[in-house]
This record gives sequence, C-alpha cells and structure tokens, in this order.
Amino acid sequence: MDLSAINPVLLIASLMVAATPLLLAAIGELVVERAGVLNLGVEGMMIVGAIAGFAISVETGSPFVGVIAAAIAGGLLSLLFAFLTQFALANQVASGLALTLFGLGLSALMGQSYVGIRPPEMPKLDIPVLTDLPVVGPILFGHDPILYFGLILCAAVYAFLKYTRGGLILRAVGENHDAAHALGYGVIRVRILAILFGGACAGVGGAYISLIRVPQWTEGMTAGIGWIALALVVFASWKPWRVLLGAYLFGGINVLQLNLQAAGVAIPVEYLAMSPYLITILVLVIMSADKSGAPASLGRTFHASQ
Amino acid sequence: MKLTKLLTSAAVALGLATTAMAMDKTKVGFVYVGPVGDGGWTYEHDQGRKAVVEAFGDKVETVYVENVPEGPDAERVMTQMALDGADLIFTTSFGYMDQTINVAKKFPKVKFEHATGYKQAPNVSVYSARFYEGRAVQGHIAGHMTKTNTIGYIASFPIPEVIRGINSAYIHAKKVNPDVQFKIVWAYTWFDPAKEADAAKALIEQGADVILQHTDSTAPQAAAQAAGNVVTFGQASDMSEYAPFPRVSSIIDDWAPYYVARTQAVMDGTWESKSTWDGIGAGMVGIGEISDAVPADVKASALALKESLADGSYHTFTGPLNKQDGSVWLAEGETAADYGDNGLAGLNFYVEGIDAELPN
Repeated sequence: MDLSAINPVLLIASLMVAATPLLLAAIGELVVERAGVLNLGVEGMMIVGAIAGFAISVETGSPFVGVIAAAIAGGLLSLLFAFLTQFALANQVASGLALTLFGLGLSALMGQSYVGIRPPEMPKLDIPVLTDLPVVGPILFGHDPILYFGLILCAAVYAFLKYTRGGLILRAVGENHDAAHALGYGVIRVRILAILFGGACAGVGGAYISLIRVPQWTEGMTAGIGWIALALVVFASWKPWRVLLGAYLFGGINVLQLNLQAAGVAIPVEYLAMSPYLITILVLVIMSADKSGAPASLGRTFHASQ
Repeated sequence: MKLTKLLTSAAVALGLATTAMAMDKTKVGFVYVGPVGDGGWTYEHDQGRKAVVEAFGDKVETVYVENVPEGPDAERVMTQMALDGADLIFTTSFGYMDQTINVAKKFPKVKFEHATGYKQAPNVSVYSARFYEGRAVQGHIAGHMTKTNTIGYIASFPIPEVIRGINSAYIHAKKVNPDVQFKIVWAYTWFDPAKEADAAKALIEQGADVILQHTDSTAPQAAAQAAGNVVTFGQASDMSEYAPFPRVSSIIDDWAPYYVARTQAVMDGTWESKSTWDGIGAGMVGIGEISDAVPADVKASALALKESLADGSYHTFTGPLNKQDGSVWLAEGETAADYGDNGLAGLNFYVEGIDAELPN
C-alpha cells in the first residue's frame, strides 16, 4: 500500500470532472420533475447530446459551438417527449423509456463516421497568478468552463426555484396542476419549457463526456450515467444542493476508489467498486430524513378538460 | 364449409412454403455484450459475423443483439433468437456461460457456441483465444518502454481469462526489466468509456507510463494521448487510430475463420460439440503492427517472441514460476497445462511478484 502515490490535489481536480456530467443531467431532470413530469429519457438525451456536440465541434473546430449544439440536440429530442406526453397525453414512463432507446439508436447512427477521431480541445481556464497557485489553483481555477457552468447552473436553479415568481409557478404546476390551472397558469407551457430545459442540460452533460472527460466518441459511451442521474434526483429529494452534493460524492468516490485500487489499498476491491453507490445513497437517504416528498403531481398527465 | 377448408389448406400450404424457404437459409445469431461500434471486443466479433455473411451470401441469415447485459436478460435474448429459428447462436461473453447452458437445454436442436467459457453440452461448444500469448508480447514491450518502472493495468472482472493476461504480461515485463511494478485497477465493467478513462487517469497520476487494458473501449487510449508520454496497447481490436503513439502495438482477435468454419459445419450437418482454444499460431490472436515509437531492437525481440509462441517452441507459462504466496506453480522447464488443478482454464491466482490482492 502506498497512499503517498495519491496526489490529493489531482484527485479533487479529477473528481470534479467526473461529477460534472452527472450534475448537469441531474439538475436538468430536477427541474423537469419539479414541474411534475417524469422523463426517463435522460440517458437517451445525453447520448444524443454527446454525439451532436462531438460531431459539431469536429466539423466547426470549436468545442463551444459543439456544446451549444449538444444543448439544442438534447432539447430537440426532449421536444419529442414533450409532444408525446403533453399533447398526445401518452404515458410518461413509456415515452421516456422509448426516448432512451431511440436516443441510443439515433446516436449510433449519427456517430458512425466519428469513431476514432480526436475532438478539438476545450481550453482550460487560465488566469495568471490564480491558476498557478499551489493547491487552490488546480482545484478552483484550472478547469474547463463547462465545469463552472455546471456549478453556476446549480446555484441558478436553486435561486430560481426558491426566490422567483417563475420558480413558484413551476413548483405549483408540479405540486397540483389542477390548482395551478385554475389560477390561470399555463400548465402545459410551463411543463414544455421545463422539459426543454432538462433536455438541454442532459445534452450538455453528454457532450461533457464526449468532449472533455473521455474525450472521444464511442457508441453507448454514456453507459448508464443518465440512469444514475435519475436516481440521484430522487435520493436528493428534489433539492438542487443535494443534487450537487450527491453528484460530487458519487463522482468523487468513484475516482477515489480507482485511485485506492491503483495504490494497492488493502480493502477488498469488491467493496471499493460498490462504494460510490452505497455511500451516495446512504448519505442522501440520511439527509432526506426530513420527509421532503416528491412533487405531488409527478408523472400524472394533465388535460385542461379534466 | 368448403371455403373454410380451402382457406385452411391454403394457409397450411403457405405455412409449409415459408418454412421450406426458411429451411434453405441457415440462421446464425450473435449475442454481444457491448455495442458493435466499441472499437474493441464486440467490434471484432461483428467483423466475424460480417465474414460469415460474405462467405455464404444468400445461404445464410445473421441476426445480432448488442448491449446484452450478462444476466437474466441474456437468457431472454437467446431464447428469442432460438424461437425465431436460429440454427446456430454465438454468445460472445464469459458472463453468458450459465445462460447459454440453460437455453441450450431447452432447444436441443439449436447449436450454441459460447466464447471464453468452460461449460460444454452436447449442443454447446466453447471457443476462446489464447490472448495471454499476445499479452506476453505486450509485457515484453511494456517492460522495455517504461521509464518509471510502473505499468498500469485496467482489468475488467476477476475471471481466469483476465488473470492469465495479467500474469503473462507481468512475467514477460519482469523478464526484461526486473524493477517493474504493476498497478492493477478493477473496473468491474467490460465497457464504460468514462470509467475506463478515469481508471487510466488515476493510474497515470500515480506514475504509470505504460497502460495495459482488458476493457473494450478506446477511452484509455484517449486518456494516454492527453497525458502525452504514456504508452498503450490496442485491446481486442487494432485501435490503430491511436498509432503510432500512444498505441504502440495491439492484440487483435480474429474470429472470422472460426465463425465461417462453424457455420459451414452446421450447413453440412457435421457440427459437434467441441472445445477450441487457439492462439497466435492458428491465427486467432493477432499482434498489431509494432509502431516506430518502439526502438528497433525491442521490436525485433518482440517479434522473435511472437514467432516462438506461434511455432510452439516457447510456452507463455514456462517454469520456474511461483504463485503469489511463494509456493511452486511450475518447476524448471515445466509448462502450464490447460486443464486440471492450477491449469490455465481455471487460473485464479497471481504469480509471485505481483503486489496486489486478487478479488474473489
């Protein structure tokens, strides 16, 4: 065992990278679910975002254009879900699952000519003096801009839900759509906007994997992160800060356990491998002991005539 | 009444006709653990499938299902394939072993071929490649190439196939570089690019400058490329898009000849259950081109090693070799047997010198 081989600064820096795709996808889904919609298509929207972002940045040479394209692609795919569930009043669970399957297939098709290509590199933040600081520099000031965007987005969603009128309306729609409708709020419109936001976030989360974290395109490369994001929203009891905590815990322990394995720590590997799931769930379950429940209208279809 | 009878007989005739037509074609199913575009393991199996299509054209119909989890889902997929009239089903991952045996019991007329497993049945053959021969060549190059004397190994699951690979690479790296050390990370996945990339980064951060992988995606290659001075090897497929550096060589699985031969056997009615385990010599394991990033003398000695493995003059596991606990595995000059106690098929221990604990 050689714990000194683990560099804590590099460890923290890489856990932030590992947590970001999960954070982006989960925070988007949180808004969707707070509006009372259960979209199980996160994985599908992520993977479509991953390939769209990858393809566009390769074609244009700009990773930023790629990330925007990923948001648009994720949004477009979620629009399909919005149409099915909000206008056609289809079952949300089934539509979401279909969206994932569709997204996986579509991305494989789109990605056929992008295997083995290296994407243009996303520039990292480089502030003179600050980035070169010992410890703090690589952790706080040495990342790519999307990582900071994820953190800001989390704070923005928190503020939006808690302090703005728009956030109040969104929550009202999610808690009791009939009452919100009676008060004159456009339930369908709010929900479509929330679904679009969720799709865009998932798309950016996917692009983060294909452009920054890995970086390359491989079929099926999100490998279940979308599902973990979905679970995370539930375990975080629909609260933005807990989503942030959960994402960093999960990403962090995942990176930590790989590092511990490489350092040859005498904990059986099986326990290390399951530790990210166990610890994240445990911490969040303990925290949600305050009985904050799911949005009351979650997953229920709404029609103005009912 | 007459009309009904007429219709019924017409339907029966039609049914017979379609069955007859289906009989002409041999239907071959493939169950894949990853996507066909993984650039590694499943990609090569799918190349084998394409070779079958090319060899037999209209006489054969192939179907495949990708991303099939190792577990009850696999059984469902195989059952569905068998119900759809498959004559021969290739199940291409170790974790499909029990499922293959279960489904094979239910469909005695369907032939099954399970990759890398060890359970046979009258209608279940097993086939595998001696990847560890390729690992020996990799270990040889890795031992020469490492400057930090630290080699990182991304392992998937603690099964004999993976353990053989680690042992083989270690023995041959150690032979050319006595100071070499292995850092092993178990990813517990065959395919998860993000996790594989994280594992590669963790190993690189801890000083590894050569990464060997037994997972299927090219993500570790990308991580090594980003790090700049890290050597990698293609796994299962050539991964030549990362050549000449970081990827300096590779192990290539070539399933095509086997798949074509077995399909032919089903067509001829000569198929019987057998166990195939071929290596470099038979062409089932290929060594990808050793790139110019490797010094010429190392390349020459690596190729010489490959030749001696191919013609059988050298066995990958030749004594004296001790187990990790120090007890004797192979005496001087003894070579490892395929089966039996301490045999390669069920190998479940590290060789002496590897400083890590093997998960159960």
